[in-house]
Amino acid sequence: MHTKTLAELSLGLQAKTYSSVELTQFFLNRIDQHQQLNSYITVTPELALAQAKAADQRIANGMSDLLTGIPIAQKDIFCTQGVITTCGSKMLANFNAPYSATVVDKFNQAGAVMLGKLNMDEFAMGSSNETSYFGSVKNPWNINTVPGGSSGGSAAAVSARLAVCATGTDTGGSIRQPAALCGITGLKPTYGRVSRYGMIAYASSLDQGGPMTRSAEDAAIMLQTMAGFDEKDSTSVDIPVPDYRIGLNKSLVGLKIGLPKEFFGEGLDENVAATLASAIAEYRKLGAEIIDISMPNLKLAIPAYYVIAPAECSANLSRFDGVRYGYRCESPVDLTDLYTRSRGEGFGKEVKRRILMGTYALSTGYYDAYYLKAQKIRRLISEDFKAALATVDVIMGPVTPSTAFGIGEKMDDPIAMYLSDIYTIAINLAGVPAMSIPAGFVAGMPVGLQLIGDYFSEDRLLNIAHQYQQVTDWHNFIPTGFE
Amino acid sequence: MSLTADDVNKIAHLARLGIDKQDVGAYANDLSGMLDLMIRMSEVNTDHVEPMAHPMDQAQRLRADEVTEINQREAFQVIAPQVEAGLYLVPKVIE
Amino acid sequence: MEWETVIGLEVHAQLATRSKIFSGAATVYGAEPNTQACAVDLGLPGVLPVLNQEAVRMAVIFGMAIEAHIAPYSVFARKNYFYPDLPKGYQISQMDHPIVGVGHLDIEIDGLIKRIGVTRAHLEEDAGKSLHEDFHGLTGIDLNRAGTPLLEIVSEPDMRTAKEAVAYMRKLHELVRYLGICDGNMQEGSFRCDANVSVRPKGQVEFGTRAEIKNINSFKFVEKAINHEVERQIALIESGGKIVQETRLYDSVKDETRSMRSKEEANDYRYFPDPDLLPVIIDEAFKAQIKAELPELPEAKKLRFKAEYHLDEESIAILTVTRPLADYFEAVYKKSGCEAKLCANWITGDLSAALNKAGLEINASPINAERLSGLLARISDNTISGKIAKQVFELLWQSTANADDIIAEQGLTQISDTGAIETIIDKIIADNPSQVEQYRSGKDKMFAFFVGQVMKAMQGKANPAEVNKMLKEKLNS
Repeated sequence: MHTKTLAELSLGLQAKTYSSVELTQFFLNRIDQHQQLNSYITVTPELALAQAKAADQRIANGMSDLLTGIPIAQKDIFCTQGVITTCGSKMLANFNAPYSATVVDKFNQAGAVMLGKLNMDEFAMGSSNETSYFGSVKNPWNINTVPGGSSGGSAAAVSARLAVCATGTDTGGSIRQPAALCGITGLKPTYGRVSRYGMIAYASSLDQGGPMTRSAEDAAIMLQTMAGFDEKDSTSVDIPVPDYRIGLNKSLVGLKIGLPKEFFGEGLDENVAATLASAIAEYRKLGAEIIDISMPNLKLAIPAYYVIAPAECSANLSRFDGVRYGYRCESPVDLTDLYTRSRGEGFGKEVKRRILMGTYALSTGYYDAYYLKAQKIRRLISEDFKAALATVDVIMGPVTPSTAFGIGEKMDDPIAMYLSDIYTIAINLAGVPAMSIPAGFVAGMPVGLQLIGDYFSEDRLLNIAHQYQQVTDWHNFIPTGFE
Repeated sequence: MSLTADDVNKIAHLARLGIDKQDVGAYANDLSGMLDLMIRMSEVNTDHVEPMAHPMDQAQRLRADEVTEINQREAFQVIAPQVEAGLYLVPKVIE
Repeated sequence: MEWETVIGLEVHAQLATRSKIFSGAATVYGAEPNTQACAVDLGLPGVLPVLNQEAVRMAVIFGMAIEAHIAPYSVFARKNYFYPDLPKGYQISQMDHPIVGVGHLDIEIDGLIKRIGVTRAHLEEDAGKSLHEDFHGLTGIDLNRAGTPLLEIVSEPDMRTAKEAVAYMRKLHELVRYLGICDGNMQEGSFRCDANVSVRPKGQVEFGTRAEIKNINSFKFVEKAINHEVERQIALIESGGKIVQETRLYDSVKDETRSMRSKEEANDYRYFPDPDLLPVIIDEAFKAQIKAELPELPEAKKLRFKAEYHLDEESIAILTVTRPLADYFEAVYKKSGCEAKLCANWITGDLSAALNKAGLEINASPINAERLSGLLARISDNTISGKIAKQVFELLWQSTANADDIIAEQGLTQISDTGAIETIIDKIIADNPSQVEQYRSGKDKMFAFFVGQVMKAMQGKANPAEVNKMLKEKLNS
């Protein structure tokens, strides 16, 4: 059953070939067998089986949705009432949210079954899943390598078939990069398309939740449930959600694909480049036209991001102070001691590094040079995207400079780690949607192809991804040991 | 641009972030490395560029003035480290 | 040396919305601790703020009332600092783009009008409260107040005496209550102020170093706190000391200001635009709609009351404090057809006294304008005397009947029948020969005795004018 996609399993459930309880138990067993990946922080078997039972009832009553009875898993950044939400941090190791995220509510309403909460970089800060308080996640394609981050648990679990599909969040590449490194499909929607309510904030103007799945079609099904206006989120956009599956089979003849030269220059592994070239050749065969473009400000994305994201996070994480919830240090002697020790002991190194960076960038005397400057650069980057997307339908490029790197390889060099996000970060600054789809392998490790579209063109991106997946089978490969 | 251990301690205090003494140097080094990345920004002329705070060029939506929340003190305080008589307790605040 | 004081005020007015500025929690004062603090107010992870329309409307109304520029584009920013009554570790406020720009307010000092500039007014959220009574050496935090909308109104440093500061604060207090955007309750902290105070040698142009006195919650304390601070600063400078820019707390018990070191430390607030909130856009249509709803402002109303009703200053001042009271007066005036003075006297006198005693606002008055009008009309047409009117007023207060029914039912109609009055007068003159003698020998005060006797005999129902006239005729004949 684990070789089937969400779309296929949904049909099986409707046809009562198997029940949701059977399917759920099957996945719970797989999770149990493959604990070495460390992809889950919390597994919720009782809840999952209860939800599965209810889903079977719903299916029997003919009241089902495509997701009814499908065992999914949530990135542990989405608050789930009744189930601990840790955000990968010691700070929230015992945090039981008194509410659920809008995204979680939507899956519950659709009748999806939650298997558990997935491991992630602490507060979504990281590109390798090594900053998690609950230990690093292993890449199922090679357990000595990282799965990427911050949605590394989600990518590893979907790749190893420990969940049919999963949620992720993407602030600078946190859906697309692990999807690429683990060989799955990941979609970061347009900023404002998916509600951020109940999704623990890292950098509010960049964070966006999205689906992590086997295929583009599965991503369309998941996004259908996740997307939509939410009055509880002021940055949520109130425009109708299209039917994401309806256009999946549209022809790509005449599709204009832009390849920014800045994406294919120095720093990109040549084997990865070659893999991407074959993928693009495939698109040419499907009738697409390839256009070379330039986006000169892309090179400024990393510096702008590493000012804006830390600045926002420095304020977003101030609420973790040991007063109302979360970790509190032992016997604080005074107020300052309560704050500094609770926060000092509750947060890990990477989180601290970013809080310090953000605090510095916003402090008197540096605001204009760093924060304001970065916001202006952000405008330039976003204008590059607008200009490019006025001439082409989709921008394509790499997701990562290389395939998955070794666990521990970059932990002592945060700057090298930051630079690995070079192809994904600009997209968040602009707020446009983007996907990562499996495009082949280099030395047995997956390579992702990035598709970037105009604001609210998720339907088009899914169509472009789906057409590729109709003529390739990279997305169907299963890592050895998980067949 | 490079930050000193003293700078790091000052920022850490602003952020109320306890940092192990032996790590201060490493943080100073990492932050200096990050600041080096930023140099590239200063090379670009942005004199006539509007800062961009949000990806969407939209206006704030306004909510009707209605009470929609009910008292959930019990649920909220179950997860609190220290409460008494409905109050959150903290070390003495001196004004 | 002669010194000049320079004062600027920052007034925090809690806006009278039902729910909080960024959440749907109630804002009622005095609830059990933390029962009106929802997930957003508590700063729980992942929850988000959504702006209350009414708070925006109230800020715009205020801006229009002080003839200020209303910003078409305003931005919420995060003001970062750690304090246990500030759940998120930042306060959502406005910095570079406040909703209300430069305006002004005129105050009257010793008969002269002085214009005080208002620099800006911005929206922000209130913090919670720290309760310092002892919890085994710990402080208790109540976050019910957290997220209550505040309008912070910042004046120019245009005031030169504590008196002017008080006059400005009173004027502002009167205005926000009149506009119905703040209940003005200073005991409950709905209207409070910080004062920036400095001194400089008279004639010097540059300002001296200022101290900020925090959280003053009464008019009396504003005056005292400023005067004390001025004395402290002058004494310090004259003894060779230097003023340091700092935050000071006014202690009303000791009547002194003292330094608040805890607030001083590291006040680098690191303001930046709140990414959870988008810019507030106020277009012409929104402004036009509010302008159309904008009530006649207190100044204009006072001038009109004077011109139209010829009332004395004191009555006008009382009647125009709130809009409902002014409206009540005008309704009574129109319905009763009585003289304005009679209407004003009853409203500012008996009615206000009764409302005060019962702790009621004019809107909740048991006697509505219509029923009071009925009473005043009967005074005007001499159906009842002023004294009887007080009895009828009591009955109006206690029942729902109208004045005419009460008068008829109780037989209180004033007697103007000269024959009936004459009979009584003759009898009283006959019964009191010695008093008549005293009056006629020049003791004028005795006249009141006769009036009293007549009224008593007629159970207060005699028309007093008629009684006076006839008594004079009879006694002087």
